[in-house]
Amino acid sequence: MAIKPDTGTSEWLLRAVGIVIALTLCGLVLLASGAMPLDAFALILEGAFGSSAKLAYVMTAWIPVLLCSAGLLLTFEAGLWNIGIEGQVVMGAVSATGVMLALQNTLPPAAVLVLAALAAISGGALWALLVGVLKLYGRVNEIFGGLGLNFIASSLTVYLVLGPWKRPGIASTSGTQPFPPPLWLPAFKGFNVSPIEVLLGLIAIAFVFAGLRGTHFGLRLKAIGKNLRSAFLMGISTHRSILLAFGLCGALAGLAGWVLVVGTSARHNLFPLVSSGYGFLAILVVLLANLSPVWSTPISFFFASITMGSLQLALQRQLDSSLGGVIQGMLVISILVTEGLRSTRFGRGR
Amino acid sequence: MRVELKNITKHFGSICANDDVSLCVEPGTVHGLLGENGAGKSTLMKVLSGFISADRGEIILDDNVVQMISPARAIDLGVGMLHQDPLDFPALSVLSNFLLGSHSGLVPDVGRARRELRQLADQFDFHLDPDVRVSDLSISERQQLEIIRLLWLGVRVLILDEPTTAISAQQKAKLFGALRMMAEQGKTIIFVSHKLDEVEELSSQVTVLAAGKVTGVVVMPCPTNRLVQMMFGKTVALTKRQPAPLGEPVLQMDGVMVRDWRMEMKGLCLEVRAGEVIGLAGLEGSGQRLMLQACGGLERPLAGRVCIGGNDMKGKPYRSFLEAGVAYMAAGRLEEGLIAGLTLTEHVALAERSRSFLIDWNSTLRKTVGLIGEFNIKGDPAMRVEELSGGNQQRTLLALLPRHLKLLLLEHPTRGLDVESVESIWGLLLERTRLGTAIIFISSDLDELLDRCDRILVFFSGRVAPPFDARKVSVEQLGELIGGKGF
Repeated sequence: MAIKPDTGTSEWLLRAVGIVIALTLCGLVLLASGAMPLDAFALILEGAFGSSAKLAYVMTAWIPVLLCSAGLLLTFEAGLWNIGIEGQVVMGAVSATGVMLALQNTLPPAAVLVLAALAAISGGALWALLVGVLKLYGRVNEIFGGLGLNFIASSLTVYLVLGPWKRPGIASTSGTQPFPPPLWLPAFKGFNVSPIEVLLGLIAIAFVFAGLRGTHFGLRLKAIGKNLRSAFLMGISTHRSILLAFGLCGALAGLAGWVLVVGTSARHNLFPLVSSGYGFLAILVVLLANLSPVWSTPISFFFASITMGSLQLALQRQLDSSLGGVIQGMLVISILVTEGLRSTRFGRGR
Repeated sequence: MRVELKNITKHFGSICANDDVSLCVEPGTVHGLLGENGAGKSTLMKVLSGFISADRGEIILDDNVVQMISPARAIDLGVGMLHQDPLDFPALSVLSNFLLGSHSGLVPDVGRARRELRQLADQFDFHLDPDVRVSDLSISERQQLEIIRLLWLGVRVLILDEPTTAISAQQKAKLFGALRMMAEQGKTIIFVSHKLDEVEELSSQVTVLAAGKVTGVVVMPCPTNRLVQMMFGKTVALTKRQPAPLGEPVLQMDGVMVRDWRMEMKGLCLEVRAGEVIGLAGLEGSGQRLMLQACGGLERPLAGRVCIGGNDMKGKPYRSFLEAGVAYMAAGRLEEGLIAGLTLTEHVALAERSRSFLIDWNSTLRKTVGLIGEFNIKGDPAMRVEELSGGNQQRTLLALLPRHLKLLLLEHPTRGLDVESVESIWGLLLERTRLGTAIIFISSDLDELLDRCDRILVFFSGRVAPPFDARKVSVEQLGELIGGKGF
């Protein structure tokens, strides 16, 4: 595995070089698609931070990404590529929606929301454990297992949305009947962000930070990620730790799925692309942060701003908003390339 | 083709694998390259076949100095190597494997290749079905395939690295017949082995390597004891370990059968008592590691019993062996022992196998400092283990072991270490035996085996000689046994 969690100053400098290269490349792409790069970058900034409403959108995109990043920090630490995180987010959203549909007319809204969150956590965790079980007992690499389960999860959503959970009247891929406002998370006055979401995200990342640093479990994950064989010979129960890492990651991804259904700026229903690629985005975040929980926090915020800000490219310049994704992808690739070059050129890697 | 290697030097980090080695092989002969494990034979042959490049030195083929930049280039120049473990593609058919590496353009002429495969195979009396998958072949058939593939590619110098490790006596006879025939046809054969009888049987000339240097070039036949002396260097008798009072039996093996992809061992029996030191001797891959792993719960016996402290461990996982007081230290210190990237303190925290949730870093640090002093590790607690020297890594591994062990299993405990480290490691080990720990270790250092052991078991091609008293044999006798005399 090419990931190294400890970074010195010179390496951060190299990263900065990577970012400059990435931005230059993005500029070229923007030029090619007929936009002035500086204008486009300004638009993205404006689109992310131009008003408190826009900032609120960024915040609501940020929390799911932050939750997923927190989970992925655990699996990456153990050397696992949890590509299945996207499906785990979806299963969280599906479980939450299921509980809410079943209980919305019988229990008070607060109780429904809490039960939905617990269901989402279990749904995501089980979906992730499945990846772990397939890996450990079925010898299916977690990348393939996760990818397969992603497809199943999204097909399941389509089936539910068009079938059992369809809107009264006509079935539509735009999703299930939206839940009424009492089943939305409460927001700040005048700032459409829920303190509950933000708190959950920050608590999650703080726990992961502390867990990796100060617990035997975190240290064992680190050992497993760096050398599975040695860890096993030392008497560490590698299977249990790996399953626990998957389970916890899935739980956090499931919680992100819950936020995507009940969050303030969510669409308040289940729809086929409910995970919005936030799970994959979180993989990029953690790679760019080089497995640092501290850095994952601002980087996930930064990525959320690009995602939301680039919507303005479509609205104001008739450019495709997916250019935001191009910028994020370029950033990560440039950083990984600089990293790779450094380790081969200076021979510090293997 | 005449092969000449001149002043080849190759370092791996601080280890010198080949130190100014020169070698000359005449065409139409079988040349033996003899030496114990780690003598530098494989390195030298990998240099000749383009797998690795030497730091210094020249390769001369028929009076032309050549640059071996890759195995493909070497084959173009007529030099091919048969590796110790087959480097083929088990999922593909015999014919596909045969075709790989040929410069036959975009579309290979499959029909012609099929005919020529048969012709070559028939010539040496090899039976190879072109349409069988390589995964269904025996090791010996895979070697045969690789040999005729290399010949088909026009190789005139054939290097064989320990080809007989995993094949039966009949298969060996067939292989040797084919090699003699090739030599008669004018091919140059370099036969790398640490088995004395094979080298004696096949070669017309032998070069002996020890510790990366040439220790002798002899024309065969040559007395065995002379070869042994060149292989193992000095034959000075050192002070032997004094017999110590032994305690209760800690390990009983009874009729154990173990198997890996390479070999099967049957009827292993051994009883080891507290405080005893047992050495497992033999060339690498002769079965000693398989037996050691069976003792440590890392290899599950297919039959028979392994008892630790009187308890039958049948079906128990490795962790149960650990809990029963067994520890296993593999040869690869950074591959199967320590965890590169983690600090000494982190290792101490891991090795505690603590039940508590949080790590008390302060007390762990104190403990680490204590262990560093006690085990004389040159390093500080925040140092990553890969920054330590080999001897300090080995002492760290010993420091991480639980205090009270019934049985300590070690692979090559002092390999690659300087004399001082060797002494300190054995000091620590023997201290444990005085506290009642039994030790079983693998070593290819004959002096170490004779000096440190109570009893020695010699392994040869998956067979074990009955244990004998280490005080009653000489280096020469042990060397001959290891080379397969008497098996």
